[in-house]
Amino acid sequence: MTARLPAPWGTRIVRDTALTFSFDGTSHCGLAGDTVASALLAEGRWVLSRSFKYHRPRGPQSMAGLEANTLVQIGSEPNVRADRRPLTEGMAVRAQNTTHGADRDLGSVLDRFGRFMPVGFYYRSFFGPSRSSWLKFWEPLIRRSAGLGVVDTALGEGHYQRRNLQCDVLVVGAGPAGLAAARTAAAAGAEVVIVDSEPETGGALTYARNGSAALAQARSGLDGVTILTGATCNGWYTDNFLPVIQGDTLFRVRAAQVIVASGTQDQPLVFRNNDLPGIVSASAVQRMMRHYAIRPGSAAVVFAGTPHGIAAALDLHEAGVPVRAVLVPPEAVDLPTEPLAEAGLRVLKGARIQGAHGKRRLTALDVTTASGRETIACDLAVIDAGATPGYQLPLHAGAQLGFDDASQRFTLSNLPANMHLAGSVAGCFAPDAVIASGERAGAQAAVALGLAASLPDVPDDAQAHFHRTFPVSDPDPKGRDFVDVDEDLQVKDIVNAVADGYAELELVKRYSTVGMGPSQGRHSALQTARILARETGRTVGEIGITTARPPFGPEKLGVLAGPLRSQERRTPLNARHRAAGARMGPAGAWWRPMVYGDGPTAELAAQEVRMVREDVGMLDVSTLGKLAIRGPDAGAFLDRIYTMAHANQPVGRVRYCLMLNEMGSVIDDGVAWRMAPDHFYVTATTGAVDRVFSDMSWWNAQWRMQVDIQNVTAGFAAINVTGPHARAALEALAGDIDLGREAFPFLEGRSGTLGGCPVRIMRIGFTGELSFELHTPRSYAPHLWDLLEGAGVRPYGLEASRILRLEKGHIIIGQDTDALSTPDELGMQWAISRKKPFYLGKPAVDKRRAIGLARTLCRFELPESAFGEVGESCLVMADGKPVGHVTSVAVSPTVGKLIGLAHAGAEPGQGIAIRTRSGVEVQAPLVGHAFYDPQNARQEA
Amino acid sequence: MPFALLRYGLSKGHRPFRDIPATPDLKRSYDVVIIGGGGHGLAAAWYLSNQHGIRSVAVLEKGYLAGGNTARNTTTIRSNYLTSESIRFYREAVSLYESMSEDLGFNVMFSQRGQLTLAHSDATMRSFHLRAEMGKLAGARIEVVDAQTVRELCPHLHMDEGGLHEVLGGLWHADGGTARHDAVAWGYARGAAAKGVEIHQRTTVTAIRSTGDRVTEIETNRGTIRAGQVIQATGGLNGQVAELAGIRLPIRCFPLQAMVTQPLKPFLDILLSSANLHTYLVQSSRGEIVIGGGSDPYQLASTRSSFDQKVHLAQGALHLFPFLHNVKLLRQWAGITDMTPDYSPIMGASPLSNYWLDAGWGTWGFKATPVAGKYMAECVATGKVPDIIAPFALTRFDRFALLNEMGATAASH
Repeated sequence: MTARLPAPWGTRIVRDTALTFSFDGTSHCGLAGDTVASALLAEGRWVLSRSFKYHRPRGPQSMAGLEANTLVQIGSEPNVRADRRPLTEGMAVRAQNTTHGADRDLGSVLDRFGRFMPVGFYYRSFFGPSRSSWLKFWEPLIRRSAGLGVVDTALGEGHYQRRNLQCDVLVVGAGPAGLAAARTAAAAGAEVVIVDSEPETGGALTYARNGSAALAQARSGLDGVTILTGATCNGWYTDNFLPVIQGDTLFRVRAAQVIVASGTQDQPLVFRNNDLPGIVSASAVQRMMRHYAIRPGSAAVVFAGTPHGIAAALDLHEAGVPVRAVLVPPEAVDLPTEPLAEAGLRVLKGARIQGAHGKRRLTALDVTTASGRETIACDLAVIDAGATPGYQLPLHAGAQLGFDDASQRFTLSNLPANMHLAGSVAGCFAPDAVIASGERAGAQAAVALGLAASLPDVPDDAQAHFHRTFPVSDPDPKGRDFVDVDEDLQVKDIVNAVADGYAELELVKRYSTVGMGPSQGRHSALQTARILARETGRTVGEIGITTARPPFGPEKLGVLAGPLRSQERRTPLNARHRAAGARMGPAGAWWRPMVYGDGPTAELAAQEVRMVREDVGMLDVSTLGKLAIRGPDAGAFLDRIYTMAHANQPVGRVRYCLMLNEMGSVIDDGVAWRMAPDHFYVTATTGAVDRVFSDMSWWNAQWRMQVDIQNVTAGFAAINVTGPHARAALEALAGDIDLGREAFPFLEGRSGTLGGCPVRIMRIGFTGELSFELHTPRSYAPHLWDLLEGAGVRPYGLEASRILRLEKGHIIIGQDTDALSTPDELGMQWAISRKKPFYLGKPAVDKRRAIGLARTLCRFELPESAFGEVGESCLVMADGKPVGHVTSVAVSPTVGKLIGLAHAGAEPGQGIAIRTRSGVEVQAPLVGHAFYDPQNARQEA
Repeated sequence: MPFALLRYGLSKGHRPFRDIPATPDLKRSYDVVIIGGGGHGLAAAWYLSNQHGIRSVAVLEKGYLAGGNTARNTTTIRSNYLTSESIRFYREAVSLYESMSEDLGFNVMFSQRGQLTLAHSDATMRSFHLRAEMGKLAGARIEVVDAQTVRELCPHLHMDEGGLHEVLGGLWHADGGTARHDAVAWGYARGAAAKGVEIHQRTTVTAIRSTGDRVTEIETNRGTIRAGQVIQATGGLNGQVAELAGIRLPIRCFPLQAMVTQPLKPFLDILLSSANLHTYLVQSSRGEIVIGGGSDPYQLASTRSSFDQKVHLAQGALHLFPFLHNVKLLRQWAGITDMTPDYSPIMGASPLSNYWLDAGWGTWGFKATPVAGKYMAECVATGKVPDIIAPFALTRFDRFALLNEMGATAASH
């Protein structure tokens, strides 16, 4: 264990709170406030993982989760970024994809065979000697060696939260620019939320040299601003919808204005063995020391490509880490290096890194200068090779990425009007410029919101030209000069991909897999673009980067899915059904009673059928879709939506509704009761009501008729009371509606009270018996149900309902119809108005009618003994070819036969041939009318 | 084949394979112009050049090679459709995939691991029975399996016994599989280019000129060319390109969203999908879990990412495998699906005598890549529409002779 640096180094750690944990089975000790990575570094363990392809030892480079090097398995959770995950007591941390842990991985033998694995090698091999070789041999081998973490299939469900958040301004990034923007927008009166993925506000000021004075200033004046730390804005979606993830909570943020102050992402330098543990970015070494008091090495070399590198060198010196040399590359010789000289540090101007030495940790760097080449022993190399802006969110929003050749930096332009940039992402680096750019962005957002704010000027940034990035050399002859450490890709791999013909950036990515790993190109995109530009004679700006897409960082599936994974619906009578011994079953999102009581389902259903036919029964039909269509155009609107006539429908009358799509195919049915000249109460099928409602709204957005459409499905419960004794049963309940045959005929509706419950009653049903459908506000439903039970009405379930409707020959849309079913082939010509000039699907109905029927839905019957052999989906055959299939089938207790509906040819004649489950054809005679009560005497009684 | 790698590794330097030649200058005229350098267009080019000896072929690609739906689909290959016509067509597709690596000398990683579609409702079981009956009649390997068999085929699946989405059974399709989408396109491109087909990337068709019932000239951003015969195979842009030729297609575009997790060690061997949850999952050979199934519920010709569908897919995936909740998503993306009213494609003749359509591929285009290419090439080479694709003619919409594949395509893949 290496001793930690003394305070004030280590702003995040609590030195007197030790936490024990293990890595690859070895016990370790960390401190509260550590990340998993910082605790391991403090224990001298730099190798956290093995690389994807060559199994090379890897350690943290950015300390900011920018590369896959820090992915570890923690307990059941795979692919955890060790440099971002706070350490907790007792954590069991393991390296992934190794044979014996991070330090002793036998897979590292692959590193010696890299020359046999050229880019795209798997396209040219592994598919012989036989056709199944890939499936049986090669793919399993590759699948086993690929993949990082391990899924724990025994893991239980997670617990996740979801919250909605609306604000005037969302500021992404709580560094000095973001904080200044938030302060300015809030001062102008905006409601501001600021989010940052770090555990505290301040951004780079929390680890930068001499940041602490500015930090206090930056954090002041934020009263009223909502601050979410440890929260990552993980993407931008249309209309400023931005998911923000904080731990296991997803905030769904809708912001009028967005300010992106996302800072920059340090870029690695490409040289031989640039992936060795001990080679880190400038901000990484500053984070290690200032946040966690890590002593990062015993001898350091700093590559100072920008002023950050100089500051990092001074920090190391101050912390007592010997700095063997500070390398200033030729492109940056004008960097102000006086402070280094004052501190007595050795500065090598015009220096380049040629390569690195070491096995599991850096031991030396090869450096060239104008005066020659030298090898400098060191176990820490700090690389400050510039950075790319945090461009992800702006690019999600459609901004354009450019490249400034002078500064060798990516730039952003063409931002949407409600998005603003602040700080280094906008190319501002000097402290006063950063703050001013934040204030300006905050003011711009406020002005866009209609608030008063003055737009400050952003002063010229005298340091801006020092902030640049650095070129990639030609491939190292010995290789291992990594462009993408996630995917183990070297310079030659990109060069060779281009040579193989994959000369477009997207093709390079797909062929070589560059940028496809967990860090999604954060550290590889720029250098890939550079190599491609050089190889194809284009500019980096022309090449750009591959499409930036959400998520910005990894997001757990559980966080996305949220706390409620399936939305189950229960009717207000659910408890009554269960108390009555109902066997409940799912019907779409609903739970419905299938049958009541104990015993074989078929027998119970048959008893319930007989009860309805001979006496009376009731069915909970609360799941029916219910729509309120109101307004002066309500009738005319329904005339366009449905096939029957509604504009002239008398008040009090209930009419069947059939809905078609533009192909003239049946998509839904229900009834419409005209309760008043400007008010229809409409039902839709359980599963379709949401779509019907949205379709109606969609059509009316185009038609602009004077009509209001409401989905009141959840507001009403409904009970269908049916059977020859239905009227008598209802008359036993006190009410103010005359239920007599003359006063309340079939297909009429009445409202009033029944047993003290407000009810809407329609004389409709699905059984063919005398039926009253009672709709009541859902809170009254249990009481009404109890009263009905008291009057001797017993419930029946969905199984009996299906038999009852089939006996009567009613179809179920979606079961007896498919995407092509026309009213004509269903024998529903009666439901089509011939007078209306228009309804949805009419042109297609007319055209299809002119072409003639392709098939018909017919009724067939067979002896009961055919049950089991003839079932739903059995094919209907003609001349050895399928011409249709059985859509519904049931044993009818009423007629004592197997009855069913089937699609058959256009003119099936007297019977159809059904191919049974055992593959033989049986002849089934057709029935020309409803199986039960074809004269409709009973339902109109 | 690893011997080739051995030889490669022992040789000095990289001898480029030159799979895709650099885009040449456009000539004035070609026997055949293929608009669209995706899988279908490239497969057609390969069949024209390798099987019919037609080598004066230019493939025009607006962006980079195979960067449209070929690059964006989730690579399911199967033939468990609903109509006899479709089953016959897609069965040939599957068999062409079986020999594709060999035929192209390029590993397309066709992995016939079998596809299992789950039923959580009686209605879905009914539709599975129908598909199995139709499949059996056509000789395809499709069968309805019970819950116990589902458990054996997919050991870690959450069966939701007694729940709203209890797994009642499934449709097992042993022929189903997956392949590396890019490799399919590259393999055809490479094979076609070797026979002299020109592949023009970054070449956008801006106008299509015709005289009488013949297309005469194709205008592009890089110059105008004359064409003897033209194949249009432009994926999500089919409606727009057909309009340039004055042809209106019954197509509506919807964005289809998909996503992928970080790589994990193998735990899912088969292709799994749920018709009711509109979600399907497959674990790639890299170990990533590809999750798809949801179209945005509105028309849009854009590949932007949408959040609601991502949430929906995550919910579906976790319903099937609750233990995946701490697995992390890496990336989401979208493609533009060109949907026809009956969820079947449009292939063959157009109102113009030398202009051939390969359109309306919605969410089922990748699996048809070889067979569509084969028969589109045959159209051009023989001037006749082969019987196997005749039912998919554009004129079927006038006749309402539709091939209903709703319920057997789209979400349930």
